[in-house]
Amino acid sequence: MTRAIRRISLVLAILLVALMVNITLIQVFRSDDFRARADNQRVILDEYGRQRGPILTGPEAVALSEETRGSLKWLRVYPEGEQYASVTGFYSLVYGATGLERTENGVLSGSSDLFFVDRLQQLIAGAQPRGGAVTTTIDPAAQAAAWAGLAGTKGAVFAIEPSTGRILAQVQSPSFDPNILSSHDPAEIRDYYEELLDDPDQPLINRPIVALNPPGSTFKLVTAAAALSSGRFTMDSVLPGPAEYDLPLSERTLRNWTGEECAPGGEITLEQALAVSCNTAFAWLGNELGADALREQSELFGFDYKFETPLRAATSRFPESPDEPQTAISAIGQFDVRATAMQMAMVVAGIGNNGVVMEPYLVQEIRAPDLTILRTADPRIFRTALSPEDAAQMQQMMVAVVEEGTAGVLQGIVDGAGNPVLVGAKTGTAQTGRDGEQPISWMVAMAPASNPSIAVAVVVEDGGQTELSGGALAGPIARAVIEASLR
Amino acid sequence: MSANTATEAAPRQRTRRNLELVLLILAWGLGVLGTQQVAWSTGEGLHSRFWITAAVVGVLALVAHIIVRWRVPYSDPFLLPIATLLTILGLVMIYRLDVAAAQRAERNDNPIPTPDVYNQLTWYAVAVLLFVLVLLVLRDHRVLQRYTYTAGLVGVILLLLPLAPVIGATVNGATLWVRVGGFTFQPAEAAKILLTIFFAGYLVVTRDSLALVRTKVLGVPLPRARDLGPILIVWALSLGVLVFERDLGTSLLFFGLFVAMLYIATQRWSWLVLGFVLFAVGAVFAYLMFGHVRTRVQIWLDPFAYADTGGYQIVQSLYGFANGGLFGTGLGRGYPELVPFANTDFILAGLGEELGLTGAIGILLLYAVLIERGLRTAVAVRDPFGQLLAAGLSITLALQVFVIVGGITRLIPLTGLTTPFLSYGGSSLVANWVIIAILLVISNRARRPAPTPPSPDSTATQVVRR
Repeated sequence: MTRAIRRISLVLAILLVALMVNITLIQVFRSDDFRARADNQRVILDEYGRQRGPILTGPEAVALSEETRGSLKWLRVYPEGEQYASVTGFYSLVYGATGLERTENGVLSGSSDLFFVDRLQQLIAGAQPRGGAVTTTIDPAAQAAAWAGLAGTKGAVFAIEPSTGRILAQVQSPSFDPNILSSHDPAEIRDYYEELLDDPDQPLINRPIVALNPPGSTFKLVTAAAALSSGRFTMDSVLPGPAEYDLPLSERTLRNWTGEECAPGGEITLEQALAVSCNTAFAWLGNELGADALREQSELFGFDYKFETPLRAATSRFPESPDEPQTAISAIGQFDVRATAMQMAMVVAGIGNNGVVMEPYLVQEIRAPDLTILRTADPRIFRTALSPEDAAQMQQMMVAVVEEGTAGVLQGIVDGAGNPVLVGAKTGTAQTGRDGEQPISWMVAMAPASNPSIAVAVVVEDGGQTELSGGALAGPIARAVIEASLR
Repeated sequence: MSANTATEAAPRQRTRRNLELVLLILAWGLGVLGTQQVAWSTGEGLHSRFWITAAVVGVLALVAHIIVRWRVPYSDPFLLPIATLLTILGLVMIYRLDVAAAQRAERNDNPIPTPDVYNQLTWYAVAVLLFVLVLLVLRDHRVLQRYTYTAGLVGVILLLLPLAPVIGATVNGATLWVRVGGFTFQPAEAAKILLTIFFAGYLVVTRDSLALVRTKVLGVPLPRARDLGPILIVWALSLGVLVFERDLGTSLLFFGLFVAMLYIATQRWSWLVLGFVLFAVGAVFAYLMFGHVRTRVQIWLDPFAYADTGGYQIVQSLYGFANGGLFGTGLGRGYPELVPFANTDFILAGLGEELGLTGAIGILLLYAVLIERGLRTAVAVRDPFGQLLAAGLSITLALQVFVIVGGITRLIPLTGLTTPFLSYGGSSLVANWVIIAILLVISNRARRPAPTPPSPDSTATQVVRR
């Protein structure tokens, strides 16, 4: 019987090995499949069972987790709601996460490798794992001013510190309330989300970094920079500035927004042409320089590049191969030129930072659950767009736009100590090319002009008809943001 | 006590009881650590009764050990510690699920349910009591052979008892409970032991005739037609359990046990073939005739298609295992309470989730060693009845582990069975501890020094008669 018992033992051993192999398959090889299944509550319970770290701006939290008594233990709360929605994004049971909630999830949830030591300690101490904190670069005063200024309009504000690339303000309007999208009530979340999707103003779009609009006359900064970089022009070069510019190879003409000559006699310096936003002079300049030079200059400022701040921004574009009339129109920021508010703020910041364009970034610090700093942002140069001399000329020219030209709304700004501050700026009004839509109003500015601490781009999509009325809409918002930041 | 003195007079042989004691202390220590981890990581903190409970468990383990030292000093040193460790792991998990239930009730402002862990602890005490009784009463396992037919009759009656009016009860679709007063138990658990005794006793007597071969069909040597009776009766009984008590697991367990013992007794592999054919016929018949069997099989083939209905349990079980991954979430950090019947049928899913693959494989290895030790005892003991009995009891454990663990991991269709020693429930725990006691008695006889004069038989008989 001994032999038979041994044989049966072998059979039983095979059965046990089969069990072990099968369990290994489930727990190791198919584990991710099972975890990824939509009806697996464990993943969600796990996520919501941990205290997610806060998103901080200065000392204040703009996103934090509050303990509840429900089966989902932690509720995500956004004290400033809509104002910071463009930065924080939302953290939804139904629709996943967006914004910093998505890109910084590893830190916030505590699963990042940065927390290895911390996790080890928690494991030994048997403590519930917690997430780390993310501190943004946002300047709360500038952010609040931008939010207040945009109220009731459709538009965006984006501001950065030129010397570093720190993002100081990033606001969209209309916005959404991340508190509702991050609630624990799927029906409420779905209703609100559907409502947002149906809104023609598209509040879910991260306007400051994703909405692509024709930059209009603000693009003349790029054209002017290309002119200086070519070595053929200075700020004092005299350009033709008639009332109408005959587009080459076509019957059509391009007119100034005033309908008149840019200066008596039809000739104007580059500095003055920028100050009064002379279309004919810049159209002529565009063809003198050629599309390639314009594109090259735009790319030095960040066009045609995918930025992640870490939020993914849309790529600003200069048209591929425009013919001469198209080049002329592109030189004044129309035709197929498209830019985000972030991109135009970077153009201004590059000029302000003596020609060096910094990469914009939104995360200043990453902290462990016990608030010790694990990582601090490290400003990085993107590209050098201008020589320091050319940048200095551009700065002077931009001051002239405020002091003598279309951006008079930015005159008389003072800093916190009451001292007057020179501001450089450029206005813009762009036709969307879509029927029945109001033109887009732009204001890009920096202050103090010689060594700016802030560069801001404001875009109001349902702006006024003319350069001046455009400035009148976007200008005060830019002014409010600059004043708040300088205070 | 003449046997005892006689034993001590014999040449000294290592009993390895100290090893057993060390392993028992380790098992107890693991339980203490595990419970503390649950308490901390669920945020409950240590219960005021914790150390009293731990002390009770320690005393029970110690009592079992002392009795083993006294009554069966030469028995295998691993059987008791492994059974104790599994029981303790079960207690830890049941406590952990109590915490989950209490926390859920608290969230929903419901009254906090009575914890199960103290009931299970009581059952553990009863199990140890029976374990001790078996060791005290049963000096020699061969005595059991005398009760072959009594055991068989009582076993069958117990098996069919749930079908009796008034006392029979259906719980969760299976009619395998008996309710007397406020007290329920699963008679199949006791029947499991009695029928193993019966099979062993019966096969020892009849194995020679069962091994005879009359004809060959297609090269398969077939037993004589009149010897087919017993296997057909057991087969019919198993089918009866399946059909009328709707208990696939128990049915599979008995039939598998009988066929395996038949093979061991006769060493004729034709019995295995015949058993498999009968099983296949029965399975097809059951599949075609009974909706509940068909449903089980369909759920097994594609549990996710029934994730909201019949497949919910198995899907949740798989999710639990998957959530555990390699090292587990840690005790108290997973969601074992999401699996239905988490502290009975699916207790290993919870352990797999919180202790990971490492823990699950560890537990399976504990079973593997336990079963291997039982089978080793079967090989070592000299009398055929003892061999068959030890092998049969080990096979019972192995099949039960395979059927339930295979079920909750979707290796085979899910059938309700308890996980030996781990699962919440008195009948199962007590029965499995009695199995360990019997195995220890057989093992003691197998491993003790050369037989003592005049004859071990007469000594044992005297003891029992007293």
